[in-house]
Amino acid sequence: MEILVCVKRVPDTSENEIQLNSSGTGIETDDLVYSINEPDNYAVEEALQIVSKVGGKVTVVTIGGEDDEEVLRREMAMGAHHGVLISDQAFSGSDGRSLAAILKAFVQKAHYDLILCGVQADDGAAQVGGMLAAMLDYPFASLVNSIEVADVEKLKVSREIEGGNKEIHEIDLPCVLSIQTGINEPRYVGMRGIRQVASVPIPTLGPADLDIDPRTVGKGAAKVGRVDYFIPAFGKGAEMLQGKREDIVDRLVELVAAKGGLN
Amino acid sequence: MPRIFTYIAHKAGVADDSAAELAAAAQKIDATESPIAILTGWGSDLDAACNSLRALYAEIWKVANESLAYPNAELVRQALVAVLPPGSVLLVPHDHFGLDLSPGLSIKTNSCFVSDVVDIEGLQGTALKVVRQEFGGQLSTHVRCDISSGAVITIRPGAFKPQESAPVVGRVADKSSEIGSLSARRRYLETVVAEAGDVDIAKQTVLVSVGRGIQEQGNVAIAQELADAMGAAVSCSRPVVDAKWMPKSRQVGTSGKTVKPKVYLACGISGAFQHLAGIKGNPFIVAINKNPKAPIFQVADVGIVADILEFLPELTNKIREVRAGKTTAAHAS
Repeated sequence: MEILVCVKRVPDTSENEIQLNSSGTGIETDDLVYSINEPDNYAVEEALQIVSKVGGKVTVVTIGGEDDEEVLRREMAMGAHHGVLISDQAFSGSDGRSLAAILKAFVQKAHYDLILCGVQADDGAAQVGGMLAAMLDYPFASLVNSIEVADVEKLKVSREIEGGNKEIHEIDLPCVLSIQTGINEPRYVGMRGIRQVASVPIPTLGPADLDIDPRTVGKGAAKVGRVDYFIPAFGKGAEMLQGKREDIVDRLVELVAAKGGLN
Repeated sequence: MPRIFTYIAHKAGVADDSAAELAAAAQKIDATESPIAILTGWGSDLDAACNSLRALYAEIWKVANESLAYPNAELVRQALVAVLPPGSVLLVPHDHFGLDLSPGLSIKTNSCFVSDVVDIEGLQGTALKVVRQEFGGQLSTHVRCDISSGAVITIRPGAFKPQESAPVVGRVADKSSEIGSLSARRRYLETVVAEAGDVDIAKQTVLVSVGRGIQEQGNVAIAQELADAMGAAVSCSRPVVDAKWMPKSRQVGTSGKTVKPKVYLACGISGAFQHLAGIKGNPFIVAINKNPKAPIFQVADVGIVADILEFLPELTNKIREVRAGKTTAAHAS
């Protein structure tokens, strides 16, 4: 089975305090720690597990700049067979629809039986996978938390719905699935693994390679765009306990006891 | 002005709570006109759900088809593409169904797509300005979208407060004949219900809940010791279950359990909305997190910026001390 996994390099929110820049137009990027978008990493692991069972190859693709190559190498160190960087100034500022259109053009240059992406990325939009499927006219399932290869024509997948329940579907190939975290246990990637793929060539594709008219993508073509960032102000905000640790602990025990927190 | 529609989910003849929230969101786009509710389904359940909305919506479109008895997003999409007039704005809840349906629907209706909207600033010409959150709720952003060819917008559950408005006497219009035949390449088979765990966190009055900040499985014991001292149970957020450090039955959130404790200690939990949506009944929330910008501090009653691996053992010791003191005092009297 030929599997494509769409991945993205994102600021790691578990490692960073995301700071607004002074003009409010973006975030401070100087000290950010970046990593692979977590659900994408689960998607790559899932793809590797499928090909280890039924054969085939895994390709990872990302749209971005030079710096984004590092996540492709990381996923290749996990075992992905090919990495492709789609990169050009013309793609900068693309909205979700344009990103899906770029990926569609890439998919049509090859043949994939299965396309996986993470359920959502740093912007929380959860849009590109479903859009790509609709553009390709492939069936789609979101929030997938298990995949079983039924036969060469279809998969049995489960979707995460409310309350920890699962919805089981049969889906025809080729299809697009958005992968939820927790579907598997992604393998560890050490420095040694990354060094081993350090010199593997990663092709860079631009609009001409993909037969994309640059005017149809990028910032100019975007129908949806961010105006600014700001610090959210919902809720009244917590009373922050400050001072000496001992005093904080004492005060907290009093508060919790008063609210019925000691059974 | 575009026509605004809301997609209303329903189960066993009862319309989802999101019906009123979506109506409130629609009013923020255009306060002058009542939105139209669309329901898809089959049989008496669908009729009952449509009728139940007649006090809330002036117009309700019913789309009945046997193949829509279970809401398979692929089939619902085909039905909506057939009935929605060109240029429509459709509001859908940002939940597991909305995630499944909406991005693809926006492509098939050639309209713009904005997801997980938490507020709507308004419409100027064809430019709609909305508020979203990024980076797990650490930052908000204004997003502008061009709705000249319509829009599909998913609305965060709980973000829009239902409005008090004079009851209407809505009319149900049957649009079933417009959809033609539907066929799916994704076929719904069954729903598997979550297994019950060893502890039912939904029944606990006090919860010590741990998130990614617990760092490794071995550290869950630190939270358990605190819970034991308090007479509480340990629950957790999604990353802890993803890492297989705790079972799914302990997860609080939309994809886990809904809990209703009196006191909730959020330890090393950032406060993603999917997690917060699982906490009901307005408990006293204590947030302990080393990131002062963690969104959990906006919803907590009391916050402490600290590393939980250091703080929780200190808290445990203090509670043990206080309780031992109380016991001694009680014996003495």
